[in-house]
Amino acid sequence: MPLLKRLAPQLIALAALALLVTLVFPGFLNISVNDGRLVGPVIDVLKRVAPVALLATGMTLVIATRGIDLSVGTIMAICGAFAAWAIAGGWGLVPALLLALGAGALAGLWNGALVAVVGIQPFVATLILMTMGRGIAQLITEGRILTFTNPGFAFFGSGTFLGLPFPAWLWLATGIGAALLMRRTALGLLIEAIGINRRASALAGVNATVLLIAVYIASGLCAALAGIVVTADIRGADANNAGLWLELDAILAVVIGGNSLLGGRFSILASLLGALIIQTIDTGILLAGFPSEYNLVIKAGLVLVILILQSPRIAAEWRVWRDTRTAPQPAAGARP
Amino acid sequence: MLLSIRSLTKTFPGTRALDAVDFDLAAGEVHALLGENGAGKSTLIKCLTGAYLRDGGTITLDAAPIDPKSTVEAQDLGIGTVYQEVNLLPNLTVAQNLIFGREPRRFGLIDNRAMRAEARAMLAQYGLDIDVSRDLGSYSVAIQQIIAIARAVALSGKVLILDEPTASLDAREVQMVFEVVRGLRARGLGIIFVSHFLDQVFELSDRITVLRNGRKITTERTADLDRMALIEHMLGRALEDEILHPAPEAAAEHAPLLEFQGFGRNGMIAPFDLKIGAGEVVGLAGLLGAGRTESAQLMFGTPPAQDGTARDGSGPLDLHSPRAAIAAGFGFVPEDRKTDGIIADLSIRENIILGLQARQGWARPIPRAEQNRLADDFIRRLDIRTSGREKPIGELSGGNQQKAVLARWLAMNPRFLILDEPTRGIDVGAHAEILRLIHDLTDAGMSLLVISSEIDELVAVADRVIVVRDRRHVAELTGPRVTADAIMRAIATPEEAA
Amino acid sequence: MNARALPLYATIAIFLVAYLLCWLQFPNILSTRVIGNLLTDNAYLGIVAVGMTLVILSGGIDLSVGSVIAFSGVFIAVLLRDTSLHPLVVFALLLALTTTFGAAMGFLIDRLAMPAFIVTLAGMFLARGAAYMLSIDSVPIQHPFYETLQRAYWLMPGKGRLTLIGVTMLATVLAGMILAHRTRFGTSLYALGGGEATARLMGVRQGRTTMLVYAFSGLMAGLSGIVFSVYTGSGYSLATVGTELTAIAAVVIGGTLLTGGAGYVFGTLVGVLTMGLIQTYIVFDGTLSSWWTKIVIGVLLLLFILLQNGLVKLSRSRLAGDAA
Repeated sequence: MPLLKRLAPQLIALAALALLVTLVFPGFLNISVNDGRLVGPVIDVLKRVAPVALLATGMTLVIATRGIDLSVGTIMAICGAFAAWAIAGGWGLVPALLLALGAGALAGLWNGALVAVVGIQPFVATLILMTMGRGIAQLITEGRILTFTNPGFAFFGSGTFLGLPFPAWLWLATGIGAALLMRRTALGLLIEAIGINRRASALAGVNATVLLIAVYIASGLCAALAGIVVTADIRGADANNAGLWLELDAILAVVIGGNSLLGGRFSILASLLGALIIQTIDTGILLAGFPSEYNLVIKAGLVLVILILQSPRIAAEWRVWRDTRTAPQPAAGARP
Repeated sequence: MLLSIRSLTKTFPGTRALDAVDFDLAAGEVHALLGENGAGKSTLIKCLTGAYLRDGGTITLDAAPIDPKSTVEAQDLGIGTVYQEVNLLPNLTVAQNLIFGREPRRFGLIDNRAMRAEARAMLAQYGLDIDVSRDLGSYSVAIQQIIAIARAVALSGKVLILDEPTASLDAREVQMVFEVVRGLRARGLGIIFVSHFLDQVFELSDRITVLRNGRKITTERTADLDRMALIEHMLGRALEDEILHPAPEAAAEHAPLLEFQGFGRNGMIAPFDLKIGAGEVVGLAGLLGAGRTESAQLMFGTPPAQDGTARDGSGPLDLHSPRAAIAAGFGFVPEDRKTDGIIADLSIRENIILGLQARQGWARPIPRAEQNRLADDFIRRLDIRTSGREKPIGELSGGNQQKAVLARWLAMNPRFLILDEPTRGIDVGAHAEILRLIHDLTDAGMSLLVISSEIDELVAVADRVIVVRDRRHVAELTGPRVTADAIMRAIATPEEAA
Repeated sequence: MNARALPLYATIAIFLVAYLLCWLQFPNILSTRVIGNLLTDNAYLGIVAVGMTLVILSGGIDLSVGSVIAFSGVFIAVLLRDTSLHPLVVFALLLALTTTFGAAMGFLIDRLAMPAFIVTLAGMFLARGAAYMLSIDSVPIQHPFYETLQRAYWLMPGKGRLTLIGVTMLATVLAGMILAHRTRFGTSLYALGGGEATARLMGVRQGRTTMLVYAFSGLMAGLSGIVFSVYTGSGYSLATVGTELTAIAAVVIGGTLLTGGAGYVFGTLVGVLTMGLIQTYIVFDGTLSSWWTKIVIGVLLLLFILLQNGLVKLSRSRLAGDAA
C-alpha cells in the first residue's frame, strides 16, 4: 500500500520514540477512563499537539508550492485576540469564531497576494506580518491578557467529545479533511505541479496565481483554528506569547514528515505524524524528568539531521560516490 | 596558431555533443563559430573555458597543451569569455566589476581613488569615457558588454570568446561593440565569435567554422563563402536532393479556422497577419533568434500581444493568457522541455492528464481509472518507452519526454496546436515517429503550427511555410512553392538595412 | 544618481522628517540627552544589525542572533558567578565561542546548499536551548569591572551622556562600513548577493566567504550580548526574543535589499535610530501604547520591501527597453 510505505519512516520513528519514553517512564502508554473521559499521557499528547498539527496542515501546502509561511504564529495571536475580544464584547460564540476565521483568511490573502501578485519571495513577504502581527494583536487586546468566561468557547480548548479532548478531534478532522480534499479532488496534483515547475504548469493551463493565494489562505485559516484552540484553552488571549515560535515547530513538523522544503510532493498525514513526533519528544522529556530546557537543543539536532538528509548537495555527492565513474562536472561556468 | 584544438570529443548520456572536432585560431583573427541549436557550439566553448571536462582530444595554446578545469583557470591561462547575458554584477560599480579580485590597496584597505583611476584608464583604451563609480546596471547593455570585454581582456589577454555578444543590442550598439573587437584584433588577440546574426558574421569575421550535430562541417575564409553556401552548411542539406512536397494540390482546400491580424508585441515580433485553415499545417521557418518562437508565444498569450486581433468563425478570441488560449482550443508544445514542458517529479500519468485536469478545474478530478486509461493509451499510441506510467517523467529520455508533453496536449484535443521544435534533441527513431504523428493529427482535422530549424522537416509536413527574419514575417510560401530551396532563399536574403 | 542608493536617501529623509515632526511636538527631543539615550538604548541592536547587514548583503539571513545574545548574557553571568575569571577573559571566551558558532552555521549553509533561514533556525534553537541549560532564571551580574563599564560615559554639552556602549555601537558601525565598502571581503559579499553563479565566475571563493560572514555575524551577536549584559546588568535566557526580526527590520528600513547585493551599513544605523525614535516618541507622548512600535515598524518594512521590489522591476524593464 503506497500510503503506508510513504508514512513508514514517520510511523517507525513515532513508535520507537513511544517505546523509548515508555522505557524511561513506564506509565506513558497507560490510558484510563475517568468520568467518561480518556486520560493518560498519550491523550495529553493528542491534545497538546493540536496547535502545531493544525499549523503543519496549512504549512505543508505552502511548502509544497515551494513557499514558506513565517507568519502563522502571529496570525494565531491575532485570531485569538479577535475571538477573545468578540466573546468579551458579548458577540456570542458563532460570530466570534467567524471573526477569528475571517481574520485568518484575510491574513492569508495578504500573504498570498504579496507572493503571487506582487512577486515577493515567500520568506520576505510573510516576514512582514510576522514582524507587525503581534503589534496588531496587542492593539486588539490593548496590551492586556484578555480573559473571558464562555463555556461554549472554552470547549474548543478544553472540552471533551466522545471521550477525547475536543482539540484532538479538531486537528484530526482538519488534517484528515484537508488530506482527503487534496487527494479526492485534483488540488493536490495541481499544487504539486506548481511547486515543482510553476512556469510549465502555467503553460499547461494551471491557474498558478489563484492556487498560490488559496494555499496561503488555507494556512491562515489553519492558524486561526490553532489560535482559537490556544485562546480557548487558557481562556484568554495573550498577544505576546500565543503561538510564539510555533511557526518553527510547524516547519519542523513538515520536514520531519519528509516533505521537501524545495516544494513538490507532499503528504499532510506525514506532517501530522511529524507534529506528533515533536509533541511526544516534548512530553517525553517532561515525563522522563529531564528539564524542558533540553527540548530546544533536541529540536535543533533534529533539524540538522533532516537538513543533511534532504540536502541536494549531499545527495549529489552521494550519487557521485556511488557511481564512482566521474559524472559531468556541475557546470561551474555554465550559462543558465 | 595561437590556439589549436584537435579531435575534441565530449559525450553526454545519450548524445555525442562533440565528435572529433578540430578548430584553429590565429592571433589577430576573428573566427566565427556557427551552427544551429544542438550543433555543439556551446559545448565546444564550455570545453575551452573549463566549464566542461572534455572526454578526448587536445587543446594547445601558444604551442603548449592546456587542460583548463574551471573558468577561472582558463582565464589565468589566457582564455576570456563574454556571454550574451553580461556575466558581471549589475549591483557593483563599473570600477568594482573591472578590477574585481585585483583591487589596489592602501594600508590594507581598498583604495577607491586608485581603483577608479585604473578603471578609467582601462576603458579609455576602448574609447569609453563614463562615470566608473556608478552601478554597472545603470548602463546600457552595449556599454556593459564592452566593460565585460575589457575585463576579460585584462584578465586573460590571449583568446577572447564572444558568445552571442550582440543578441540584445541595436544596430548602433552593435557597431560600438564591433569597433572594440576590431581594435582587439589589431592588437593581436585571437577572437572566437559566436552569433546567429549572419550579417554580423560576414561583417566582422575573417574565417568561419560551421558545426552541425557535433561535427565540424567546414572551415573557410569568410571572403570565400557566400551566404547561401553557409546556410546549406548550417542546415545540412545540399539543394540538389530536393524533397518532394507531399500534398501540393490539397493546399488550397482548407476551410478557414483562425485569423490573426496585426498581431505583435514590442521587442518580440513585428505585427503580422496569419490565417490558419482547418486541418492545415503551417510551418514557421527562420534562423535561431529570428522571431519564430516569439510569434508562437504571442498566439498563446505568454506574454499577450500588444497589438492586433485574433478571431475564428464565430468572433474575436481572447488570448491574453495560456488559460484563455487553452479555452479557445489552442495548445502549445514549447521548445524548452525542461523549463517549460515537463513537471519533472510528477509521473508520466500525471504529466499527461495535467492539462486536461487544469481545464476541468480542481473540483472535478479525473477518475483514476480514466487517468490510467488515458496514460496507457498515449504511452501505446506514441510509443513512449517507459517501465510504467507511474515513472517520474524526469527519468525518461528527451524524446520520450517530448512525446509525453505532446500527449498532454493531445489529451485535451485542441483545434490548433503549436509545436515549437518538436524534434529537437531527440533520436532519429523518435524523430520519424513524431513526423508521422503530425500527419495523423491533421488527418483528424487538427490545425498545426510547426516551428523547426530543419527545413526538410518543414517541407515534409507543412502545407504552407512562413519565413521569419529579424523579428518580422518576411515571406509566405504556399503549395508547390514550399521547397527547401525557396525557404533557404527567403531566409538568406540579406537585410536591406543592417 | 545611483538608483540603488535611493532607499538609503529615503531612509535618511524619513529619519530627518520624523525627527522634525517629533521636535515640533516635543522640542525636548532635540537634546543631547535624548540622543545619548537613543544610542545607549539601541546599542545592542545596532551592533547585531551590523552583522545582519553583512549577512543580508551576501544574500543570506541569520535568525540565530536573538538567541545568541541571550546565551551570551547567561554565559557571562554564570561564568562570573561560578568562577573567578576576569570579565575580559570571559568576553574573549564568549566571542571565540559565538564566532565559531557562526562559522559552523556558515559552513553548513554552504556545504548542505540549504536555505540559510532553516540552518540558522536550527542555530536559534540550539543557542536558546544552551542558554536554558545554563540557567532558566535571570542571573544578576555583580562585578566591580561591570560597574566601571556601566558608569563609563562622556558628558556631552547639554548634559547628555555618551556611554561606552553607545560609542561601542558607533565604532562597530564604522568597522562594518570599512569591512563592507573598503575590503575585498566586502566586495565579495556584494558579489554573492548580486548573483552566486556570476560571483563564482568572477573568482569569489563562495565557501570561504559564506563561512566568514556568518562568523562575523556570530561575533557581532556575541559583542551585542556583552553590551546587552552591561546595559541590563544581568543574564536572562528568555531575553531578546525576536531580536533577530527587529534587526532584520532595521537592516531593511536602512535601505538594504533583503534578497542581497545592495545596501549600506550606514543605512542600518539610521534604520536602528529610526526605530529607536519611534519608541522615544511613544514614551514622550505617554498615551500611545508600545505595540504601535511594532505596527509602525511593520508598515515601514512593507514600504521598503515594496520600494525595493519596484526598483528591481524598474531596472529590469529599463534594461529590456534598452535592448528592444
